[in-house]
Amino acid sequence: MPKETMTAENFQKLDKLILQEKETKGALIQVLQKAQGIFGYLPIEVQQKISKGLRIPMSEIYGVVTFYSQFNLEPKGDYMISVCMGTACYVRNAQPILEKISKIIGIKSGETSPDGKFSLIACRCIGACGLAPVITVNEDVYGRLAVEDIKGIIEKY
Amino acid sequence: MELYRSHVLVCGSTGCVSSDSLKIIDLFNKELEKHGLEKEIKVVQTGCFGLCEAGPIVIVYPEGSFYSQVKLDDVPRITEEHLLKGLIVHDLTYKEPGKKEASDSIDDMGFYKKQQRVALRNCGVIDPEILKEYIAYDGYAALAKVLTKMSPEEVVETIKASGLRGRGGGGFPTGLKWEFTSKAEGDVKYVACNADEGDPGAFMDRSVLEGDPHTLVESMTIAAYAVGANYGFVYVRAEYPIAVKRLQIAIDQARENDLLGEDILGSGFSFDMEIREGAGAFVCGEETALIQSIEGRRGMPKVRPPFPANKGIFDKPTLLNNVETFANINQIILKGADWFAGIGTEKSKGTKVFALGGKINNTGLLEIPMGTTLQETIFEVGGGIPNGKAFKAVQTGGPSGGCIPAEHLDTPIDYENLIALGSMMGSGGMIVMDEDNCMVDVARFFLDFTEEESCGKCTPCREGIKRMHELLDKITEGKGKLQDVDKLETLAKTIKKASLCGLGQTAPNPVLSTIRYFRYEYEAHVNEKMCPAGVCQALLQFLVIPEKCKKCGICAAKCPVNCISGVKGKEVYLIDQAKCIKCGACLEACPFDAIKKG
Repeated sequence: MPKETMTAENFQKLDKLILQEKETKGALIQVLQKAQGIFGYLPIEVQQKISKGLRIPMSEIYGVVTFYSQFNLEPKGDYMISVCMGTACYVRNAQPILEKISKIIGIKSGETSPDGKFSLIACRCIGACGLAPVITVNEDVYGRLAVEDIKGIIEKY
Repeated sequence: MELYRSHVLVCGSTGCVSSDSLKIIDLFNKELEKHGLEKEIKVVQTGCFGLCEAGPIVIVYPEGSFYSQVKLDDVPRITEEHLLKGLIVHDLTYKEPGKKEASDSIDDMGFYKKQQRVALRNCGVIDPEILKEYIAYDGYAALAKVLTKMSPEEVVETIKASGLRGRGGGGFPTGLKWEFTSKAEGDVKYVACNADEGDPGAFMDRSVLEGDPHTLVESMTIAAYAVGANYGFVYVRAEYPIAVKRLQIAIDQARENDLLGEDILGSGFSFDMEIREGAGAFVCGEETALIQSIEGRRGMPKVRPPFPANKGIFDKPTLLNNVETFANINQIILKGADWFAGIGTEKSKGTKVFALGGKINNTGLLEIPMGTTLQETIFEVGGGIPNGKAFKAVQTGGPSGGCIPAEHLDTPIDYENLIALGSMMGSGGMIVMDEDNCMVDVARFFLDFTEEESCGKCTPCREGIKRMHELLDKITEGKGKLQDVDKLETLAKTIKKASLCGLGQTAPNPVLSTIRYFRYEYEAHVNEKMCPAGVCQALLQFLVIPEKCKKCGICAAKCPVNCISGVKGKEVYLIDQAKCIKCGACLEACPFDAIKKG
């Protein structure tokens, strides 16, 4: 299972963050980004706290969180596998690579494996088009891939 | 200052960092120390050299030797042979596609010959994290000139006279934008930079930020002086961590050296800026949406007018330009409007950076004068199509652009010409496709993107793109009718006319242009239930090649719907096409390559 991040210590960090940014104009997105950095995702409790702290209605905060793809309402797996679906990767056969990973781990794009180990997403262009097709596993980048390379990469984790 | 006899330039941009260029830098430093060369030779981490295909790249000067796809194991050899003994390691230097011998120097390479670097002038030349290197290449000289010798009006006039047009998409004259903002009434004004480069396959803005961040700081300050602003925002995609880091370093350095903040260079003019990171929404590249996002809200476009020049960030007059546009400014100030206006075509002045990708030998970033033909760009600079395949189309302008076929390759690239072909300049993504790419599938790919990224505010875009996507799904699955192609065209034209912002107004372009140039491919999908390029899964057939089949039965065991029959060891296996779901499991499973798709 993913690590429990809803700790008192993390909420203290959140309080401090809200206090810092309270006076900044238009700070909501930055606060949400940093809050997600602390908790790994943005559960309702965290959003409510931000709502009270910044005096922004919950409806607006939920609206922003669900509008931007960077924000997660659910915790993600320990290893985030992102398959670049930018045009350059797509025309160099990124789709079969996504399908292969999906098959090996047994989850679809956008899902997290039941043991909380892997999350899989088809992501937007990461700008490493010279390496197309590219996937990233957390910070590690794997480029110039063929479908046959996938098994070996997953086994490393 | 120390003098070095040789410089080793290593690319520290995203593409090369992804293939371990930072470790290469460390190892070079260690190797140089081992041989006692650290006082004679300097290793520099630079921005992007452009030829990302060959990354990680190491260039050794003064020779200009271009080492490509360098591995850690190559570093000791380059150090011993080249840096110690002065012998270029020819088997490690870059060999251009189609050439027998490796190029000895970067100056001999076809990739660079037709290029003219203005916006990218410092990328791959200086260390982006060192202010002095930027200054050594005339950095901040334009700002000094503007603050000491020019009035704000003169600056605006210079930019107007240069003919520079916005490099982010539409191509609106930059000087006019500056004039509108300078004339707008308001005590507080803002300058903002659009670095929300969302087009898949475009990475020119990222490369400028990573390779030459001070150019943006300097140009935004010049713009602020011209329009009367004292504060600026740079809106960067969160997916660009290296760019954000280097830009922040540049901003801090500029502040420490009186180049940003109160009383810049003792001129009495004050300007400061901050970075705002995006959170992943393509529509935020649209200017009114970007402004909403900077204000911390959902990035949803607004009706214009009022234009940002009058009512922008926090309702104040705002000048908004994109990174590449800003990267031209200091050169125009230093070299003059006439110099800039002398490059390019009648209506499109200067140079344009393109991110060339897809089925092309030289994937990477290039900067060419406007008016260069597509042919020259793809086949001379880009080095042509790999694996001897035939060119089919080039896609420009990302999800807002269109696919241009071979018969129009001799078109000179400028804003008007691309629009006439049903595409557009966009931010400069250029994706090349070969005979193996299905144009219907490509159109579907872009609609998949725009459907997901539509903000949902106006109906034509929200609903219309979804319906178009459904029709394309139908066609690629072999369920389409001929009327569907006409229906697509009608829908597309309505969406273009009725959508609120640029996203919706241009989203149908990939479909319209592929119907215009590749109608026969649509018709093949519809009439013959066939995908000529062999991409659309549902229209494929999986067949056992009897001569190759070893009768092992592995395919039958793997088939999830039990549609493969045969007798192990005795009989060649056969796929029942009526039951086959075209999952491809058999093709993957067969150890003897006895299954083909066609």
